[in-house]
Amino acid sequence: MSARTSRTTPNVLGGLAGWVWLAIIIVPIYYILVTSLRPQADYYSENPLSLPTNPTLDAYGQVLANDFLRYFGNSVVVTLVSVLVILAVSLMASYVVVRSRRRSTARLFQVFLLGIAIPIQATIIPVYYLIVQLGLYDTLWAIILPSIAFAIPLSVLILTNFLRDVPAELFESMRVDGAGEWRTLWSLALPLTRPAVMTVGVYNALQVWNGFLFPLVLTQSAETRVLPLSLWSFQGEFSVNVPAVLAAVVLSVLPILAAYIVGRRQLVSGLTAGFGK
Amino acid sequence: MSVATSPAALTQTRQGRGAPGSRAAGPSIWMAGPALLLFGVFAVVPLLGVVVLSFMSWDGLGAPVWAGAENWGRTLTDPVTQNAMRLTVVLSVASWLFQAPVSLLLGVFMAGRQRYRAVLSVLYFLPLLFSAAAVAIAYRALLDPNFGLGTALGVSWLSQDWIGDPDLALWVVLFVVSWSFVPFHSLLYQGGVRQIPKSMYEAALLDGAGRAQQFFHITLPQLKYTIVTSSTLMIVGSLTYFDLIFVLTGGGPGNATRILPLDMYLTGFRSYDMGKASVIAVVLVAVGLAVSIGLNRFSGANKMDSQMEGV
Repeated sequence: MSARTSRTTPNVLGGLAGWVWLAIIIVPIYYILVTSLRPQADYYSENPLSLPTNPTLDAYGQVLANDFLRYFGNSVVVTLVSVLVILAVSLMASYVVVRSRRRSTARLFQVFLLGIAIPIQATIIPVYYLIVQLGLYDTLWAIILPSIAFAIPLSVLILTNFLRDVPAELFESMRVDGAGEWRTLWSLALPLTRPAVMTVGVYNALQVWNGFLFPLVLTQSAETRVLPLSLWSFQGEFSVNVPAVLAAVVLSVLPILAAYIVGRRQLVSGLTAGFGK
Repeated sequence: MSVATSPAALTQTRQGRGAPGSRAAGPSIWMAGPALLLFGVFAVVPLLGVVVLSFMSWDGLGAPVWAGAENWGRTLTDPVTQNAMRLTVVLSVASWLFQAPVSLLLGVFMAGRQRYRAVLSVLYFLPLLFSAAAVAIAYRALLDPNFGLGTALGVSWLSQDWIGDPDLALWVVLFVVSWSFVPFHSLLYQGGVRQIPKSMYEAALLDGAGRAQQFFHITLPQLKYTIVTSSTLMIVGSLTYFDLIFVLTGGGPGNATRILPLDMYLTGFRSYDMGKASVIAVVLVAVGLAVSIGLNRFSGANKMDSQMEGV
């Protein structure tokens, strides 16, 4: 009797927090959208949260006319190359961590684990020195290489957690079949960990796509500018044209939004699996 | 694959297991080579490099020159850096005090299986998709004293010069940081709550425990490790907020939001004093590591095992 009543008592506090937080999340996003559709002249006269009376795509046109597509392309190249390399090298490393029985590999894993605690920001000065010395300053490689390096620890951790769940018998039977390590990796480990690989891919794509510090410090010219940096420079150029700046924000988020819609489940479950374990 | 089921394969499997160092030693460590190389060159070497650079004098262009402990004395007595340390501690503590309860509450709420909660969870995630630069730019516009939120809602209290007022800017930073990161932490809590065995709640119900009792006697203790993970990420995270604050306030007005990572960047790449900036970086690494290790010690060694105890 008392059990039944306590089960049906609504979680008032949680519910209240849930709806209040929803408003806090939605208002700024709604504001970005409606402002990006407002003519620049109306920005100063209309209520900032009202629907625009004369909605227009002018702001988007202005952003696209300002080399936006080049910055977009740079971001695509940087993100794709980084994510592919991250996935390949991290999966190989996780495979070694899980399958090797040598004592040294346990230590290897600890090195990667330690890497999770290194704040990227704190190493930016030597990274800058290194990139200049390698002659890579102001190239896309200057963003790609450090982005890969700092993504490896967490990627290895998540992939290792998933690879450990693959029954050892499957690996043994591949070995008995005469399959080499590369073939086992390709035709057993990869297919079985595909959800984890997707998770790590989407997560890192998000990180690299939105990365700001490496581009800020390691590139300089408009030729190598990526999206987050372009938003910052748009803000400088168009400081009086708020609708254009916010249109650039909307455009920069669209690909990630698309990825989120496709890979939401993977991203969400992977994030909690990686950190929860 | 059919071999897997044959008795011969099974015996071989057992033999393989029992004999470490034999042919079953597993893949060569060279397969981890590319990851080690990339991680070593672009993460471990810089980590050691920053310690070395903290003892050198370098303007970012020429060659670094040995300077001994001079940078350290100069940096640790600099009032700007001391202020940055104070601000970093304030921001870390305040953002934990705000984010941890909110994330916990939202996470527990999101863990419910009701359909509308699933929809809300999808929406909560949205801030994670925006780059810090995008978030900062949007809030700069939204908090504009003349054309922002205050005007929109007709609430004059909201029309303050949020970003231009040194007394308010740090709290604005705290709010925007929370807006960006609470979704992630509530997701962690949601996952944690869903892992709690239903049987524990059923047993509590039979004992006549109410919702609050269930929360304090089952949910909270069971979430211990999630709380530690999330708190570690929050506190270490607040040591490293850079891009958001850089675009939102640039460390200003004055030095009102110049926390350590900004102090490091501005010292290194605006004042070209890389030695001093490296000292600040070493401090950041040391504090970050100390917090991570400290919190994990505190939480006990083997999380998964102890979590399953008593189930």
